[in-house]
Amino acid sequence: MALLSVTSPHIHKPGNTGAFMRQVLYATIPGLLMLTYFFGFGTLVNVALAAGIAVGCETLILKLRNKPIGFYLNDYSAVVTAVLLALAIPPTAPWWLTLIGTAFAIIVAKHLYGGLGMNPFNPAMVGYVLLLISFPKEMTTWLPAAGLENSVTVPAITDTLNIILLGANPDALSGATPLDAFKTYAGQPEMLDSNAILHGVFAGFGWEWVNVAFLLGGVYLLWRKIITWHIPVGMLLALFLLSGFFNTAVDADNYPSILHHLLSGGTMLGAFFIATDPVTAATSNRGKIIYGFLIGVLTYVIRTWGGYPDAVAFSVLLMNLAAPTLDYYTQPRTYGHRKPNKGLAKSD
Amino acid sequence: MSRHIWDFHGGIHPPENKKQSSETSIRWAGLPERLVVPVQQHIGAPAKPCVAVGDRVLKGQKLAQAAGFVSLPVHAPTSGTVEAIELRPIQHPSGMDALCVELKPDGQDQWIEHSGLGDYTTVDKKEILNRIREAGIAGMGGAGFPSVVKLGVKPDQKIKTLILNAVECEPYITADDRLMRERADEIVQGLQIISWLIEPEEILIGIEDNKPHAVAAMEKATADTNIDVVVVPTKYPSGGEKQLIRLLTGKEVRSGGIPADVGVVCHNTGTAYAIKRAIINGEPLISRITTLTGDCVAEKGNYEVLVGTPVGWLLQQAGVKATDLHRLIMGGPMMGFAVHNMAVPVVKTTNCLLVPTAKEFPDPVPEQPCIRCGSCAQVCPVNLLPQQLYWFAKTKEFDKAAHFNLADCIECGACSYVCPSNIPLVQYYRFAKGEIRTQQQEQAKADHARQRFEARQARLAREEEEKERKRQERAKAAAAKQAQKKAAPTAKAAPTASDAESELAKLQTAAASTMKRYKEAQKALVTAEKNGSEHLEALQKKVDQLKAKADAAKDAFIAAKNADKAESNEPAAPQEDPLAALKKASADDFAAYKEAEKALEDAESNGGTDVDALKQRVAELKARSDASKAAMKEARAKEKEAIQAKNAAADPVKAAKMEVAKQQVLLKKATKALQAAKDSDAGADEVLEANVRAAEQALEAAENALKKIEEEHA
Repeated sequence: MALLSVTSPHIHKPGNTGAFMRQVLYATIPGLLMLTYFFGFGTLVNVALAAGIAVGCETLILKLRNKPIGFYLNDYSAVVTAVLLALAIPPTAPWWLTLIGTAFAIIVAKHLYGGLGMNPFNPAMVGYVLLLISFPKEMTTWLPAAGLENSVTVPAITDTLNIILLGANPDALSGATPLDAFKTYAGQPEMLDSNAILHGVFAGFGWEWVNVAFLLGGVYLLWRKIITWHIPVGMLLALFLLSGFFNTAVDADNYPSILHHLLSGGTMLGAFFIATDPVTAATSNRGKIIYGFLIGVLTYVIRTWGGYPDAVAFSVLLMNLAAPTLDYYTQPRTYGHRKPNKGLAKSD
Repeated sequence: MSRHIWDFHGGIHPPENKKQSSETSIRWAGLPERLVVPVQQHIGAPAKPCVAVGDRVLKGQKLAQAAGFVSLPVHAPTSGTVEAIELRPIQHPSGMDALCVELKPDGQDQWIEHSGLGDYTTVDKKEILNRIREAGIAGMGGAGFPSVVKLGVKPDQKIKTLILNAVECEPYITADDRLMRERADEIVQGLQIISWLIEPEEILIGIEDNKPHAVAAMEKATADTNIDVVVVPTKYPSGGEKQLIRLLTGKEVRSGGIPADVGVVCHNTGTAYAIKRAIINGEPLISRITTLTGDCVAEKGNYEVLVGTPVGWLLQQAGVKATDLHRLIMGGPMMGFAVHNMAVPVVKTTNCLLVPTAKEFPDPVPEQPCIRCGSCAQVCPVNLLPQQLYWFAKTKEFDKAAHFNLADCIECGACSYVCPSNIPLVQYYRFAKGEIRTQQQEQAKADHARQRFEARQARLAREEEEKERKRQERAKAAAAKQAQKKAAPTAKAAPTASDAESELAKLQTAAASTMKRYKEAQKALVTAEKNGSEHLEALQKKVDQLKAKADAAKDAFIAAKNADKAESNEPAAPQEDPLAALKKASADDFAAYKEAEKALEDAESNGGTDVDALKQRVAELKARSDASKAAMKEARAKEKEAIQAKNAAADPVKAAKMEVAKQQVLLKKATKALQAAKDSDAGADEVLEANVRAAEQALEAAENALKKIEEEHA
């Protein structure tokens, strides 16, 4: 009689990496719906396209690496990367933009570093930044949110498909985002006051709801214990403090309000879905707070004084570099020890 | 009685699965056909068997006795015959065999004579501790540390808190739960014995809030005592000793320390019960409560099982069908270990036998890559960074793993339990710990060897130094002696004289005694002649011999006496140094010459007639003065040579070196002279050339001599 011989523990919490990743996908649904509501089917099409490309690239590379394809595809990590990238790029992005970004993210940013768990940089953000600096025009063409000034409607599905798949020019439909608008009219109070894009219920029109939806998704992730509060709170706190200080204490015409920063652009998507990518983030709790906070600081600095209207991607990539060091210097105090350890080796 | 409950970091809430076994009373498991009692069921040295094969033993009789301080005896669980004492498979995670005593029960279950103590408080504590040791009581929570070691409080140690660990946080296990429900009074009695031994300020019983019946039973049993029942929230691993101490007292046991360091002692529920049975009833530890559970077990519940009962037999009693068997775990699902062999016996620490179906405990799934989600760090009860430890273990960076406090890992399995990638993290840590232990042992060995080598080197150097110092001291002493000898040759003469005197006295005595013997012999000869003895010839010969001897002795004495006289006179005769005399003579001659010269001058200036005579005298005196000067110089050179010769005897190397130097100077002089002669005259002087050659040869000889001497002295 052969008895199974394994060491303790003998029980395991149900679930695996795939289930973990699927929770992230589920959490993006509110944000995805909001993007679709305000900007049409473009984002949905992009998400589907990116997911397909990602699975294709993943399969190809796994085959080249002689890895079991089904086993690895089942971890859903490639799909998560693709979906996050597709959520970040404009709904008017042509198909080849998605292809380049996704393929680069999966093949270069992920697999060339050793695959899941081994990549130092967030693959979705590597893809995004590649596209942003290579194709700035396509990457900054956004649509105005539906319902703006009661005249704007979402493009018809045929228009969307024409733009994405057949390369139709979206210029006729395009409009600025709230972050663009403020950057353009900073220091001109009358222009800022009269621009409807900047005046939704709390912040930029349309975008405020997209951000609220991603915030809801983030709360879901917290509830399911997929992420911890440390990184999002650190990042949002930094944005809150910096925008609050400059907006109230320095100059409201040049520095937008707290809510403008918190509910514009990729803030919430970045705070709950991008910065929290476990592979590339800091892992100790104190490290995560510092990591998130510095992402918030960099985001504010680049948005305010840099050349790009949004900066979550750059900030996340920069902090990815710092994550291992942060971890080494923010180890928790182990039970029975007076002080936490620092660094990689005994200093004394 | 609301008491503050602290919290510890992390922890998990796995399905408890306790209801399956907690709702039926403890049953008697029965008497198996064979009992296999391992001699080691505790941490420490294995016990030494003290029975022989074929012996009939009584229930409670010692089968093996403790071998050392951290060791315990084992006892016969029932009466019967010792069938074998040999290696058998035991409860070891790696499936090891170990020495066991096999007992064939005779069915009479006949107790050895034993008696409990009515009132233990009147007995010496040492006696109580000894009884606990002799009862073979090991910590029954799982580790099996000899309880007596934890009970013997050091005189300088004050225990503030005594904790009864009744948490039982492992899923499935309900042995302590049932024991508390059914035998709370006995547990409390045991706890009071422990308390009497270690005299704590407070006594706490920690129970998880998922055991309300046990809590109620214990509260009832402790109603009239100073014991507090503290209910802690259900969370795995609250029952870990360090975690429970933190929960109840807020204190942390220092890394590498023991609870007593912070004034806390923890004992398990089963241990308290066993101590009560040992002291009050006089029974050694021969049975325990074991939970039999898992979906394969038909009759789930708690059983009172004799130590040594084979697992296979026990499972049969509980209705486990062999065909359903998939895994067999001794202990709980979180920290228990897989048992491979049905012949393994139940031991003192077996709190649970878990027999799940394949559906209940599916086979482990393949490991996926770590995504650093940090779930493990969130649940670690000692606040480690398990994902970092995993990377370090995997890449064999053991020094880093050690720096990240791998040693503090309690292997509770919480990290593995929550890992979404199904990584068997605890296995990685066990591997790393084992490697680090091996490395440390090797390091210790190497250090030891190095220390020994260094100590040896130091000793050799010290000895060499000592030798050198002694050598120098000797050389110094010798030099001082030489100097002394030179400074005071007369002082040296005294001991010689006395030596000679004693020698002389000896000779005199010898001469006298030989003379006496000769006289006696002569007398004897005369008498013999008178009496007409037949030995006349021999006597005559003897007399002649003695006469010759006596004459010789007398001669020797006289010669020695004369020699001594001559010797003792010798230093006295030349009162002054010959050199000094020469010096004086030379000075006198010089003075006389100068005087004569002056007189000549006077005479010349005065126009004396005897100027010529005076002149002649001056010349004579000058020649004399020169001669005495030369004599003095010669004597000095001779003396110098003598000193050098003496030095040469004292330090041949130095003398040889000096000789070489001298020959070098001579050679130089000779060469120079030859050169001068060549420069001034046309032809080189043959004599000078010969001189140079001779000097060269002398130098070469001196150099050779030096080399030889140096070699000898090296």
